[in-house]
Amino acid sequence: MDLTADERAMLAGEEGPAVQAAMDLLVRYGEALGAERFLDTDNVAGVPGMVNQFLEGYYADGGATHDEIFARHDLDADETFEIPDAKARTARLQGTVEPDNWEAFGTDPEDARLDRESESFEADHGVQILKTCTPYHAGHLPSYGEHCAWMESSAVVFINSVIGARTNVEGRESTSAAMLTGKIPDYGLHREENRYGTHRVDVEFPVEGVMDWGMLGYFVGKHVQADKPVLAGNYGSPDEIEHKHFGAAAATSGGVELYHVVGETPEADTVEDAFGPTEPVDVLTYDESAREEIYHELNEVGDDRDVDFVMLGCPHYSIEQVRKVSRLLEGETLHEDVSLWLFSSRKVGEQAKEEGHAGVIEAAGGEMMTDTCSAMSQAVPPGTDVVAMDSAKQTHYLPAMVGDVEAWFGTTEDVIDAAISGTWEGSLE
Amino acid sequence: MSERESDGSTRDETDDGEVTAADETTADGEETIVLPGRSVVGGRAEAEALVTDETISGWGGVNPYNGTIIETRHELAGECFTDKVLVFRGAKGSSGWSSIFHTTRLAETAPAAMVYAETTTKVALGAVVTRAPAVTDLDRDPTEVIETGDRVVVDGDAGTVTVTKRAGDEGADSAADDAAADDAASD
Repeated sequence: MDLTADERAMLAGEEGPAVQAAMDLLVRYGEALGAERFLDTDNVAGVPGMVNQFLEGYYADGGATHDEIFARHDLDADETFEIPDAKARTARLQGTVEPDNWEAFGTDPEDARLDRESESFEADHGVQILKTCTPYHAGHLPSYGEHCAWMESSAVVFINSVIGARTNVEGRESTSAAMLTGKIPDYGLHREENRYGTHRVDVEFPVEGVMDWGMLGYFVGKHVQADKPVLAGNYGSPDEIEHKHFGAAAATSGGVELYHVVGETPEADTVEDAFGPTEPVDVLTYDESAREEIYHELNEVGDDRDVDFVMLGCPHYSIEQVRKVSRLLEGETLHEDVSLWLFSSRKVGEQAKEEGHAGVIEAAGGEMMTDTCSAMSQAVPPGTDVVAMDSAKQTHYLPAMVGDVEAWFGTTEDVIDAAISGTWEGSLE
Repeated sequence: MSERESDGSTRDETDDGEVTAADETTADGEETIVLPGRSVVGGRAEAEALVTDETISGWGGVNPYNGTIIETRHELAGECFTDKVLVFRGAKGSSGWSSIFHTTRLAETAPAAMVYAETTTKVALGAVVTRAPAVTDLDRDPTEVIETGDRVVVDGDAGTVTVTKRAGDEGADSAADDAAADDAASD
């Protein structure tokens, strides 16, 4: 690779052994990609220094200190050294441990302890402890064109598509190395020529609302896989929440990392802008029958209509979504057989407390959760047989992750109705 | 600063010249194919191939503690890649891909080598931290040329893959066939 003077200095150890190891890893990674150079980044989202019992056990000979695990695991080095503070602005993404309710989640106390200790280590090194898959709802968001190094597929597709920031789907090791060096390989979606659309999606059925944008995302991902869809046609102006659910679903059923919505997203004022010099390789049509097919696909593991768990917050809810749920639950009481867990970032959770929304949800019998979700923690309330959700992504993952549960997918209103009545009555009408 | 070669590997000094595709048939009737490509991770390994023309999901698709593909709809579902040359299309799914394959190295369940067709950030980073010899950008699609059960030498220093076709080519796709049969049986 063609290294700049500061990159060569880091690689030579002039900023200490940890930065040297981080640069060494990035060079190996950049060469594996076939990249020719690095870009500067001051915007990282990852899971630096996360420790679980397996890693603690594996590195036990060296004492399994946080420095050791960061050096040998995050940076893939063979020696241990002290880890300096983050050089790039870095946010910690979600994990697998709920900070207050981990016992109810069935989390091993040792993993809960390790999660707390990792968090202290991260905070001490300048990492923002957001613990969310939606850092953009919690104050950590890039600007248009900014080069970033982010993990978390739903967040990657959001900042690429909705904001016009530039990131590939990074991994734990590359984000931790970027945090210490402020560098990431110039590859893939960082480069303009790789950001043009590949498939045109003609939206014939009018798409509006979180459920419909989620279904459209699931449809698109299924058909384009990891390519770059361009939506044109019959939709209103999608808001941040509709984009979030569309992108999360498209990243789940396919692997979409960037999409364009003509007239809405920043790199697609027109169809011509979205495709640039390229021609669409295929054209898909989203019509009423496609919509029905996706609805039935998402609901195919639903049979029993007696709902006993409502899971909200995939991706983590925004404050507007929490407020909406509190309005729907105002003066209501959950059915005695139903549990409701609502997941958000800590920041949104705190705001919901201050604004009174959390109090309303809790008074109805719901519980406010942070840091993780049911699929990440593989946790549902004891005795759960039937789950209702407003997220296509969580509907895809949860039955597979926890096993032996049925799932219903619908609007937020459908799901809250089921939480109150105990019965699933959602439909496409 | 790091040991990059796979343990116990012997590094063949290759002459610095062009490596071109060469198909040979040895005296005992074994067909040998040399695929030139691009080095991803150095080192040399020789093992039996496990081949899929599908992409592989890391998080939720692989159990790193026993080196097994667990994605139920994958053609290699239930197959173990430990100590084999894993020949595959590329990576898909969660950004946890590298962490899962990184864990296979620690759990000693990693493939002996990796050969893949399509480069993405997930597979490139995963290959780097798995530290098994790895090659990509071959002059032909490796998932078409190589079949499960073939003997494969991956030379991550030279960037070449040498394939010795399994004798008696019938059923060379046995692993995939077995997986398909299992699926059929459970239906």
